[in-house]
Amino acid sequence: MDTDILLSMTGIDKRFAGIPALSAASFTVARGEVHALIGQNGAGKSTLIKVLTGYHRRDAGEVTFDGKPFEVASPQQAQANGISTIYQEINLVPYRSLTENICLGREKRRFGLLDWASMHREAENLLQRFNIRADVRRPLMEFNTATQQMVAIARAIGFSAKLVIMDEPTSSLDEREVGVLFNVIRQLKQDGVSVVFVSHKLDELYAVCDRVTIMRDGRTIRTARMDAIEKIELVSSMLGRSIEKTEGHATAFTARDEKNIGKVLLSADNLAVGQIVQDVSFTIRSGEIAGFAGLLGAGRTETARLVFGIDRLKAGAMTYGDKTFEPRRPSDAIAAGMGFCTEDRKSEGIVPDMSVAENMMLALMPKLAKSGVIDEKAQQEIVKRFIKQLGIKCSGPDQKVRELSGGNQQKVLLGRWLAMNPRLLILDEPTRGIDVGAKGEIQSLIKSLADQGLAVLMISSELEEVIEGADRVFVLRDGISVAEFGRAAATEDALMGAMAHGNAPAVAEALV
Amino acid sequence: MTDTPQMARTTARRFDPFDFLARYGTLIALLLLILFNLAFTRNFATIQTLNVNLTQVCTIVIVAVGMTLVIATGGIDLSVGSLMAISGALAPMIFLGKIMPIGNIYLAVAAAMLVSIAVAGLFGLFNGWLISAFRIQPIVATLVLFIAGRGIAQVMTNGNLQTFRVPQFQFIGLGRVLGIPVQVILMLLIVLAAAWMLKRTVFGRQIIAIGGNERAAELSGIAVARVKLLVYAISGLCAGLAGLVVIAINSSSDANLVGLGMELDAIAAVAVGGTLLSGGKATIIGTLIGAMTIQLVRYTLLANGVPDAAALVVKAGIIILAVWIQQQGRAHA
Repeated sequence: MDTDILLSMTGIDKRFAGIPALSAASFTVARGEVHALIGQNGAGKSTLIKVLTGYHRRDAGEVTFDGKPFEVASPQQAQANGISTIYQEINLVPYRSLTENICLGREKRRFGLLDWASMHREAENLLQRFNIRADVRRPLMEFNTATQQMVAIARAIGFSAKLVIMDEPTSSLDEREVGVLFNVIRQLKQDGVSVVFVSHKLDELYAVCDRVTIMRDGRTIRTARMDAIEKIELVSSMLGRSIEKTEGHATAFTARDEKNIGKVLLSADNLAVGQIVQDVSFTIRSGEIAGFAGLLGAGRTETARLVFGIDRLKAGAMTYGDKTFEPRRPSDAIAAGMGFCTEDRKSEGIVPDMSVAENMMLALMPKLAKSGVIDEKAQQEIVKRFIKQLGIKCSGPDQKVRELSGGNQQKVLLGRWLAMNPRLLILDEPTRGIDVGAKGEIQSLIKSLADQGLAVLMISSELEEVIEGADRVFVLRDGISVAEFGRAAATEDALMGAMAHGNAPAVAEALV
Repeated sequence: MTDTPQMARTTARRFDPFDFLARYGTLIALLLLILFNLAFTRNFATIQTLNVNLTQVCTIVIVAVGMTLVIATGGIDLSVGSLMAISGALAPMIFLGKIMPIGNIYLAVAAAMLVSIAVAGLFGLFNGWLISAFRIQPIVATLVLFIAGRGIAQVMTNGNLQTFRVPQFQFIGLGRVLGIPVQVILMLLIVLAAAWMLKRTVFGRQIIAIGGNERAAELSGIAVARVKLLVYAISGLCAGLAGLVVIAINSSSDANLVGLGMELDAIAAVAVGGTLLSGGKATIIGTLIGAMTIQLVRYTLLANGVPDAAALVVKAGIIILAVWIQQQGRAHA
């Protein structure tokens, strides 16, 4: 047995209700290695991880870990045996202190009582490795998402893990925090701990990973050293087809014709609500894609929530069409012809136990109904049309939406709003957590919608998406709209400059 | 991109015993119970036995229908038993002319029924108001009337037992149409109406959406607060009607006893029937079957000489089993 191999999985099969999720998948991780696991949504990454951690029982295959056959029945057992997992969604207890969260499940005891002093010390030491100095006695919910993420990681590492699995750990972190996380990963590596890193952000893989395993359709397609594989090869292996993208074009957005852009539809002046949105002004014309760029916490989502009537304005005013627009609740914005695809699909978008059709018709349903009774036939027709038009992969309109992949769920949500025939669509991170193929489809869809006259407000943390997709980009910084760029002026340098330094609206005008 | 919808469709779904049990378990249990009784319980296959069981289960089903809707939104209504006591206390006061004399007995009975059911509905609306306007947890909000409601009923009647013999009113508890007890007809009408409403109307779909994901429902333009108000009001109305049926059967109204423990019987029926207690998935017909199963278990045990106290333990066992099967079905789905 090769002592350099920490984990080896071979011939793993797993079927759900007869449908294969994994077929003959194999996966090997060396000691002290940072190993990327990538693939489109539905490629089997999560299933593979869940099989490994005992969440799912495999149907066939062998797993050896640390030189011994590895059989666990639950994630807890896997953890006790040296495999810790940090999930995308943070699984912590908001009302309890940092110490309690970090030491949960392996409390230190002294004379039969909890040894708080030593637990606090350990929690502090663990967090210091992440350069976080926090009062470990305060409840978790008082800290921001990034700190909570670090607590989750500290908790995993605290279990004296030999292998740490990170499932999209950077999705809720800003750039600086990602940097801190990468330092932690390097630190782990030095200590001989292996890391499995699942991410959709290719740049991150090159920054921190040694090797990569690519999955597609439940199989492991390829394993390679990170420095021996090109970005384009990664993408084409994931997709299983050659890429027809022009050099230097990272998204599916293509050039747009200025004449598709019409009159100003929405103009917002000096919007403010509390600390997070202080002074935001922007306009959107019909047929235009307006982009919001900014760092985490710049107030982009919060501004969108104001427009959609989820939160109420404290100051400022909006004009929509030719009239003053004062939405008091989402239904006001919907009645005015707006739609809002939220950033968090799971908690604010889909109703998981409902079918594709029911989810898609959620907003339109009252309009289609005859005296409160649902018109099933009309609904089915519309749903089928959108399934076809948006290319939603599902077994039919009656499939539960939770069984679909992230990209397809996003398309269902797009369908929910497109069925309303809206005038303005707000898209908050429309391609986050979505595989490369579906991402391109959604981007070209956004463009063709705008070509048909729809006004789109697109919030995105991916610079290339905003730069290539948006006709105009508004940069927000600390709750203030600091700059506006036309298509030509919106370069990566210009946007990043504004995100980092822009503060006075006067500067912004000079930049246009 | 390679797996096409066609492929997913043609791949045969393997039989999943837990999924099957979760879906049809309660119905199978009910059928087994009937078979058992046909074999072992004397005089089981008689109209009289059927009527005894149906009349006993009626009030539970009526209340449980309202409860199903409440639970479908992710809530719970603990006040139903107390609301039954209130409507049960109020109705005799009206048709016996204690509040104000009404000459025509039919008019008096009609007024009594409408007013007492409406009052229960208003109390339900109060529950909904607490929950949607102040975002109080449903279990706490409805606890208010669970405690206060029975008190209100006792104060209204000064704690006295009201007895009466008014056939025009008691028709809803003792009357028969074509040999079928009137309350059974009422129950079936309510079950069918609610089942249709939940499946076919916008309101029904919105109830399920709110239970499934309240934030998403709100962002899709659903008036969450209004739907919740209505759902709790409907639960109140159902409880009000059930209170009247109970006092009609008993020819008397005791504010201490009417609807006592009903909230738990109704919740049990809903749970055994297969509605998710966390909301987002509900079946009215399931609730009917659930209530009948619990009733038949109790009847079977009593008819075969097992004391009522022991029957309660068995009832609890059935609830545990039903919830366990539900969870298994969900985990394997």
